[in-house]
Amino acid sequence: MNPYLPHTAADIRAMLEAIGAPDVDALFSDIPAAVRDRYQPLGLPPHDELWVQRHLTALAERSTGRQLIPFLGGGLYDHYIPPVVGHILSRSELATAYTPYQPEVSQGTLTWMFEYQTMICELTGMEVANASMYDGATALAEAVLMAHRVTGGRRVLVPRSLHPRAREVLATYAWGADLTLHEVPYDEDGRLALGQIPDGACALIVQQPNALGVLEDLTGLKDRLGEAFLIAYANPIPLAVIEPPGSFGADVVVGEGQPLGNPLSFGGPLLGFFATRMTHLRRMPGRVSGQTRDVDGKTGYVMTFQTREQHIRREGATSNICTNSALCALAATVYLAAMGQEGLKRVALLSFERAHALATRIARVPGYRLAFGGPFFHEFVVRCADPVGAVAKLRRAGIAVLPPRVLAPLGIEDGFLVAVTEKRTQEELDRFMSALEGK
Amino acid sequence: MTTIYDRGAPGRRAVALPPLAQPEEQVLAGIPAELRRTGAPRLPAVSQPELVRHYTALSRMNYGVDTGFYPLGSCTMKHNPKLHEDLVRHPGLADLHPLLPAEECQGALALLWEMGECLKGVAGMPGITLQPAAGAHGELTGMLLIKKWLEDRGELGTRTKILLPDSAHGTNPASAAMVGFSVVSLPSDRRGLVDLTALRGALGPDVAGIMLTVPNTLGLFEEDILTITSLVHDAGGLCYFDGANLNAYVGRARPGDMGADVFHINLHKTFSTPHGGGGPGAGPVTVSEALLPYLPVPEVVREGEEFKLVWDRPKSIGRVHPYFGNVLVIAKALAYILTLGDDGLREVSAGAVLAANYLKAKLAGPYKLPYDRLAKHEFVLSGEGLDGVRTLDIAKRLMDYGFHPPTVYFPLIVREALMIEPTETEPRETLDAFAAAMLAIAREAREQPELLHDAPHTTPVRRLDEARAVREPRLKVDLGDRKARP
Repeated sequence: MNPYLPHTAADIRAMLEAIGAPDVDALFSDIPAAVRDRYQPLGLPPHDELWVQRHLTALAERSTGRQLIPFLGGGLYDHYIPPVVGHILSRSELATAYTPYQPEVSQGTLTWMFEYQTMICELTGMEVANASMYDGATALAEAVLMAHRVTGGRRVLVPRSLHPRAREVLATYAWGADLTLHEVPYDEDGRLALGQIPDGACALIVQQPNALGVLEDLTGLKDRLGEAFLIAYANPIPLAVIEPPGSFGADVVVGEGQPLGNPLSFGGPLLGFFATRMTHLRRMPGRVSGQTRDVDGKTGYVMTFQTREQHIRREGATSNICTNSALCALAATVYLAAMGQEGLKRVALLSFERAHALATRIARVPGYRLAFGGPFFHEFVVRCADPVGAVAKLRRAGIAVLPPRVLAPLGIEDGFLVAVTEKRTQEELDRFMSALEGK
Repeated sequence: MTTIYDRGAPGRRAVALPPLAQPEEQVLAGIPAELRRTGAPRLPAVSQPELVRHYTALSRMNYGVDTGFYPLGSCTMKHNPKLHEDLVRHPGLADLHPLLPAEECQGALALLWEMGECLKGVAGMPGITLQPAAGAHGELTGMLLIKKWLEDRGELGTRTKILLPDSAHGTNPASAAMVGFSVVSLPSDRRGLVDLTALRGALGPDVAGIMLTVPNTLGLFEEDILTITSLVHDAGGLCYFDGANLNAYVGRARPGDMGADVFHINLHKTFSTPHGGGGPGAGPVTVSEALLPYLPVPEVVREGEEFKLVWDRPKSIGRVHPYFGNVLVIAKALAYILTLGDDGLREVSAGAVLAANYLKAKLAGPYKLPYDRLAKHEFVLSGEGLDGVRTLDIAKRLMDYGFHPPTVYFPLIVREALMIEPTETEPRETLDAFAAAMLAIAREAREQPELLHDAPHTTPVRRLDEARAVREPRLKVDLGDRKARP
């Protein structure tokens, strides 16, 4: 009997008797015999907990990448996660609940969702946020679908400096919805070079900072777009000190929320955040917690504006999303509450300061230079004659930098991408430089 | 409820962070003035003890599987093994960056490959993608695969319809619509199963396929499943299987043997990973031979002891996830499968179906059972027979007895529906206590209906005014003129 199954032989007998079935197999007589007869087992014996623990630990330890000092970004970042976040997440009343369909027994979930929505609005400068999407890339794709629903246009202006993985996911969704993507190049500073806006455009995407690490200036973009959406794909950490897209008239701000208290997790689970204007509320995908009162006049929270959602609207819904990334959104909520305004600013500025210190030192090494003159935040492209050799040199010193080929879709063949967070110490920066200089 | 914004005071903090090397103003001055933020985001200012007390207080207002019985139909709220939570905290999984070269991530790729093999075996199907992050995401992936298949055959413009039994999951029509299919609803017959005559009538050269939930949302196995899938195939369409209800037959039947072409599996349902308050889940998709060329890239391939990523799939639909899917969720589900083995998986469906039929036997009579057939992992009652009370009242009253209510008002084809899924992890004593509560509530409905109308009585809040939440939307904390400190 497996350890999660409480039914004893006596229980099973008593239950079968109450049902009036002779044996358990009789309960499956409605599955055609031809189907049951074809069943092939996996060939797996049961295993004890100690074996399973050893097996999974061995797999985890087999990945050599875990021992390297990470200067890795490209959409996911190695920020410090205060242990208090993990401890709150292991409160199993929160972790083992599901979607708060029954608000009277789900006030915990609904309250933190309400807090999360507030914090996301504050970070992005927007009016309303949903309670999470799967990840930044699918959040971006959903933002584009929403822009199409609102404006009717089918052309999407996508910067070449958009994170390539987000672009790939967007391309899949766009093909599904019969939308076309038009590429917007970047200039020599690595910033968006927006030319003429084609007819039938439903949205322009701007990534902040972009996939080259460069900070974009969003001034005047919305004016040029008119009815078409300005969609910002933003990293939440820089938003602590960078003017948020909401201040520039963005219609939707989405992004990857992993940097907010969630580990890298080999790329999943992640957290997509999604914020927009109140005028678009009824076109927004995803769940929303709203404040109301109970019969005694006491304040409480419910899932609201559910008429947008698939279980009520069916094929007329704003999206098919239901299960999202709730526990990752809780991590972000606790993280932001733990950091507060000052802590988040410190994390952002430490990342900025250390990235700039490292970039300055790299640019002094003969044969290495920063690829772009535009302002950057905590990630930058280094150009050199032999990027593969440079990354290999760093690897030998126990330092991980993303393989140069991740830049190929961005049109860069002679560079590598370096990201620095508040977790990288002075000693690690020194080690990076020694390795690069070959000392 | 008190929010975190109601706690704390300016200047308090919950984490001690390193200092900057230079004065803050100087670092800030490095950011071009036109980009520098003018008004700081207003975030809470709390000390660590306040933070912990607040979220602990919130957790105590919540009901999870670890709190008690959670018979939410079609959600498979089974026990979440604790071992798994510890395993995925290993830095070799939790702190691994997905863009590192494959040779630095061999363990993680081995894990994905192993899980792929297991799930292909569970499904009896030859291909898989682990990328979808949830069941609905898997449905979308499946619809994209079918669309690509049609495009490849030059039938994209002609086959535009997806057939959907009215007993299917609510997400199905929304998923089909997201890729431009039009949805044709198929009625259920008197058995609660797909009406074969209606199916025959709906099939034609304009049909791309069918989306089936097996067993359906009435908890009934489609006994004509082989006929249904061959009718669809003969008409040139494909068969999508929604695997949210896999717990009903895992370890003893496979969609691949029933004629499925696409099948999504909710790891957070059948394979025991925690639901998280609404995710993260995982919705891997398995496919038949016909759809292999269109699977998302990259594919994880084993060559001897090495694991490689293969991108060369020219007909692929592309990516549906930026990396490999919800890897930590996948790791927990793999641990579950390895613990159980074949025998354990078979016990899962046995226990789930036994528990459902046991509760059904105890509750049918006092409660109306619209479709009186052998149940699979769940069954649907109607509150209609009880005069003067509604299903909602029954659900709310269950809270006073310490239970999470079942899914209510779904499926839509049963009036005042109560959809009950006990899962295999509940002791018989719990099932008996739940049945006793349901019977007591049926009595109360006759004798003291106001007890139900006013329920719940014991929860942190009582019935909430949902209309008000829409009429006067308050979707974030009112920070008023609370200023961010400069």
